[in-house]
Amino acid sequence: MKKVLAVLSISFIVYACGGSDNSNSTNSEATATTTETTAKSSYDPNRGEGKFSSENVVLGASVDPTMVASGEKIQSVKCNACHKLTDEKLVGPGWKGVTERRKPEWIMNFITNPDPMIDKDPQVQASLELCLVRMPNQGLNDDDARNLLEFMRKNDGVK
Amino acid sequence: MKKNIIILSTVIGLTMLSMLSCRPKNTSNATSADAAQKAYVAPGKYDEVYNFVSGGFSGQMSCYGIPSGRLLRVIPVFSVDPEKGWGYSEETKPMLNTSHGFIPWDDLHHVQLSKTNGEVDGRWVFGNANNTPRVARIDLKTFRTQEIIELPNSGGNHSSPFITENTEYVVAGTRFSVPMDDANGDVPINTYKENFKGTLSFISVGKEDGKMDIAFQIECPGVNFDLSRAGKGVSHGWFFFSCYNTEQANSLLEVNASQKDKDFIMAVNWKKAEEYLKAGKAKKQTVRYAHNTYSEKTHSATSEIKTEVLVLNSKELKDMCYFIPCPKSPHGCDVSPTGEFIVASGKLAAVIPVFSFDKIQKAIAAKSFDGEFDGIPVIKYESALQGEVKKPGLGPLHTEFDDNGNAYTSMFVSSELVKWSLKDLTVLDRQPTFYSIGHLCVVGGDTKKPTGKYLIAYNKITKDRYLPTGPELSQSAQLFDISGDKMKLILDFPTIGEPHYAQACLASLIKDKSIKMFKIEDNNHPYVSKGEKETKVVRNGKIVHVYMTAIRSHLAPDNIEGIKMGDEVYFHVTNLEQDWDVPHGFAIKGAANAELLIMPGETQTLKWTPDKVGISPMYCTDFCSALHQEMQGYVRVSPASSNVPISFSLGGK
Repeated sequence: MKKVLAVLSISFIVYACGGSDNSNSTNSEATATTTETTAKSSYDPNRGEGKFSSENVVLGASVDPTMVASGEKIQSVKCNACHKLTDEKLVGPGWKGVTERRKPEWIMNFITNPDPMIDKDPQVQASLELCLVRMPNQGLNDDDARNLLEFMRKNDGVK
Repeated sequence: MKKNIIILSTVIGLTMLSMLSCRPKNTSNATSADAAQKAYVAPGKYDEVYNFVSGGFSGQMSCYGIPSGRLLRVIPVFSVDPEKGWGYSEETKPMLNTSHGFIPWDDLHHVQLSKTNGEVDGRWVFGNANNTPRVARIDLKTFRTQEIIELPNSGGNHSSPFITENTEYVVAGTRFSVPMDDANGDVPINTYKENFKGTLSFISVGKEDGKMDIAFQIECPGVNFDLSRAGKGVSHGWFFFSCYNTEQANSLLEVNASQKDKDFIMAVNWKKAEEYLKAGKAKKQTVRYAHNTYSEKTHSATSEIKTEVLVLNSKELKDMCYFIPCPKSPHGCDVSPTGEFIVASGKLAAVIPVFSFDKIQKAIAAKSFDGEFDGIPVIKYESALQGEVKKPGLGPLHTEFDDNGNAYTSMFVSSELVKWSLKDLTVLDRQPTFYSIGHLCVVGGDTKKPTGKYLIAYNKITKDRYLPTGPELSQSAQLFDISGDKMKLILDFPTIGEPHYAQACLASLIKDKSIKMFKIEDNNHPYVSKGEKETKVVRNGKIVHVYMTAIRSHLAPDNIEGIKMGDEVYFHVTNLEQDWDVPHGFAIKGAANAELLIMPGETQTLKWTPDKVGISPMYCTDFCSALHQEMQGYVRVSPASSNVPISFSLGGK
């Protein structure tokens, strides 16, 4: 009996060691994706988090009509169920004025990489308290995001 | 997680209990002290192995993680599944069509993972329908049944869906011999010997798309075909089928099919069959069978009735089929990793005969025959035999292999697992199973390169293994660690339906190919709404089509008026989400079928025939967001004579 207890307590210690234990990691070859735990302090609320920055997002003086048309199409399939083009809130905030409130790279980061930004961005968190629905990742590629941005600029009166 | 803690504490608890009570032959003392650790997968960690387990009489296939025994998914195959809308949505109904019409249930016995070069390639998993003979192919990118093909000239498709080493063919051997479909089947049952035939169907599988097609059937003498395995390596090009009831009895088989000392293994040279087919030796036969395919582009299934099959005659076409005598009603018929040995298990026999492919070839060349059975040569037992495993236990059923030259055979009657050496056919270890093991599965255990490490026993009897739940109990699987000399029991886990047979492969072969959602841009469903702007309600006589979208957290439109009694309403719901794990559900009061469960980017259709004048609520059934409970709407139903026009809105617009 003593022996059994000894064996059991050893195995409990092994469990307590968790992921760092070898015998444990042989049982599980991969780890499920966990939310990034980067400290909030490294988060830039002007740029957001993602692959876009002021260096790789370049805006023209006027809008590109082809990009606007393509952005509008994406908007009608993937965005318009929750966002109006006015400043009125539907599920999420209305789009009017968004390009004046946010940097272009912030917008493109948010629409392509919403989950980490919902967790970190103070203004998005404030918005979540009002809307109560996390903005879904709608699977936009880089071009989609850029075209949507162009459509938002047009919506905000850029000629 | 909860389950793991329970398992962990149960195992530890039972271990302590058994030690305290010092009962010598307690069922739980077969577990070693480190069992819990070996089967433990920490929260948030993945299992090492996917285990695809047939659901038997549930008609479905389940997928478990090994070593945790966690149920990951139930894949609907041959039975309707209201939870997933399978067989209830307009898109999936054609998948269950047969030559008998729509069939909502079947009995799925065996699974086979697709192979390339004799190894699991992680592309598809196949399952058989025993009752109304069919074979299904499940795509492992979506874990969905993508194709079902019915088999003509068949009764009880048990010897199926075993596959060749490059998935050239999936076979289906008929358990019940029956009169051929184009013959007059209205004959006395006791004319079995003249009128009943067995068939072996060879279903070709498209190299790229997996598409199934019945390439040919081989007409055989009327016996029961039980199980089969393809040759591999040296024996590639051959297929081996176990047969019982060579007595050709048609009643009380329990006694009458166990008269002869030996039944047969049938060896089929399918390369030869291909030659005969090419040379035009097959007879075209008029039959009827359904072929159903599901498209991930249109998110819809189509069912086609086919009317022709090519049949090769085993009696007339020489050098294609041979019988090998095998003691007492052979059941399992398993081929060793190198393809050199065929392990046959006479389920009533006291030995396990092991046949040599090389000796079979030599016996055929030397015509070392023991006469014929119904026109097919019978090879002399001794000429084909490599040796016998002596005193293995009682009721040997199935054998799989590890990566160290060992074989593992399940013993139904003596309820144990027996490990033996392929080299000298000696028994190395035996461990009890609880209770009455049927099939067993070693990871990669029927491939050219078994992974070994884990063996799972699928038991027929559960009795006292879990807390009692009335007369009906979950059936049970048991996980053994086979990495050492001795097999060690490390986990019991309950299963769905009857866990008849299963296959397992390393998770790495599948997990990264799994898709997360369907792109809305690629949705070619005829009733898709790509965005709320495309939603509408269209009347066409008494048929009303509702083009609806779902996104967190509303349906569009959510107010519909102008529906009348006598209408048939089709809700075509498109899920606009484009993220992983955000399905929406759809249900409406009084619908005489089930819910829809719509994956991101997909369109599914629910048919609804209103039966009452008034207001019918509808809502999202799959908890999707904080405002899920707000995801709802109303349909107004007016009398047939009413003049209320069709109208629809969302937010009053």
